[in-house]
Amino acid sequence: MVKNSFTVLIADDDPDYLFQVAFYLRKAGYEVVAVESQAEAEQVIQKMKPDIAVFDLMMESDDSGFILCYKLKRRYPDVPVILATAVARETGVTFGLSSEQEREWIRADLYLEKGVRPEQLDQEIRKLLKL
Amino acid sequence: MAQLKVLIVDDEAGIRSGVARILNNFHVTYPFMDEDYTFSITEAATGEEGIEIIDRDMPDILLLDNKLPGIQGVEVLEYVRKKNFDIVVAMITSYASIDVAVRAHNDGAIDFIPKPFTPQELKTSLEHITKQLYLRRITNTLKVEGRKVRFQFLSVLSHELKAPLNAIEGYLRMMQERQLGDSLDDYASAVERSLQRIESMRNLIMDLLDFTKVSFERHLENMQEISLSDLVSMAIVTVSPYAIHKDISFNTDIRHCGKIWADPNDFEIILNNLISNAVKYNRVGGSVTVTVDCSEDEFTVSVADTGIGLNADEREMLFEEFSRIKNEKTRNISGSGLGLSIVRKVVELYHGVIKVESEPDRGSVFTVIIPKMQVTNIQS
Repeated sequence: MVKNSFTVLIADDDPDYLFQVAFYLRKAGYEVVAVESQAEAEQVIQKMKPDIAVFDLMMESDDSGFILCYKLKRRYPDVPVILATAVARETGVTFGLSSEQEREWIRADLYLEKGVRPEQLDQEIRKLLKL
Repeated sequence: MAQLKVLIVDDEAGIRSGVARILNNFHVTYPFMDEDYTFSITEAATGEEGIEIIDRDMPDILLLDNKLPGIQGVEVLEYVRKKNFDIVVAMITSYASIDVAVRAHNDGAIDFIPKPFTPQELKTSLEHITKQLYLRRITNTLKVEGRKVRFQFLSVLSHELKAPLNAIEGYLRMMQERQLGDSLDDYASAVERSLQRIESMRNLIMDLLDFTKVSFERHLENMQEISLSDLVSMAIVTVSPYAIHKDISFNTDIRHCGKIWADPNDFEIILNNLISNAVKYNRVGGSVTVTVDCSEDEFTVSVADTGIGLNADEREMLFEEFSRIKNEKTRNISGSGLGLSIVRKVVELYHGVIKVESEPDRGSVFTVIIPKMQVTNIQS
């Protein structure tokens, strides 16, 4: 399997977690675009189409991950998204989605506990990319 | 105008219609209630019928005769208690033996209305009952909200504590698996980053301790006369190594305002947080100006910086717990997100207010105003 033809976009505002995940995924053979904010991720989405995206939920705002999901899926409906949602699960925070269209789009393909081991993330990415 | 549903259970039709007549034109008002209460009356002639109505219609207030043809009043009361219904019960009875009274009281009846009663006696009882009901419901609401807030606080906290652990664990695994190379030097930045995460976690824990102290412990014996100017000088000394590092200068404009009656720890928390923030979020080569002033009724302390500033949205969320402002400019500044929420709590303890004026890239001014007269009267 040739992983390096696949580009993973990762957005996470924890620079250490970002570094570690990016490191492992590169080592596993992916092309990685790593950014630390929702704003940067949005810029990346404008410029390129990743093969898969991994978004942290809380960055500049509490729902950054959802916004990114929405924007990515609107532009590239076929790109799978993994959302790191530890906070949402722990706090029971509910998110108001105003329109039917938003509800439609903001569906991540997978919700993962943040702090997931990089090997496991690799496996989940492979599943979603059907490798 | 709010309406409370009253169910009267009595086998004497005359009593039932009398109660209905008296309460139909009656309303209860108290200064602490948001609105007046009126009453709508439902009648039942037996305990069995009463229970049926309770299940169907859930009254707020139950006026209960004890001596009934079928099941007794106290049995209806027991039913209400077992089901945990939010109903206030008063017994109406001419046969109120000690035994019945004790049993009814144990099952949560809050009042006894002796039969026969005058309209005024009934009204007085209803006033009492309504007040009880109101207070009980308010207390329940507050308890639920308190639980919610605490739950949210703890879960965000656990997230804030887990994040650095995950980061450090990640670096340790990289070392264990020799992912970055065989020499220790290859791990210099991983070690450095781990140490930084530990440091910020320690700060969080310290802030958390402040936070719990402020929330729960007030010791009147710690109250003493303190001088704001001394505390300002101390706070500046505490933060000065960091300020020197960033080449930040201090200006002070301190008017002699006499002493303030307070717990010095509280004012250390206020001043240390504000002054260290003014350094932390400043630009290299900037300045911090601390002003202490007073009028006849209040002390004013303000801390101005020449730093990154805040926009309107950021100002809005600034004092919330764990609400760190996340943007490009704060990315490399570590903080627990608790400091200003602690400051606000302390200031409010002294019946004061904290305000912020700010402009992005120009700086912020935090102003704390503490009323003088309140200072001697701190809630314990």
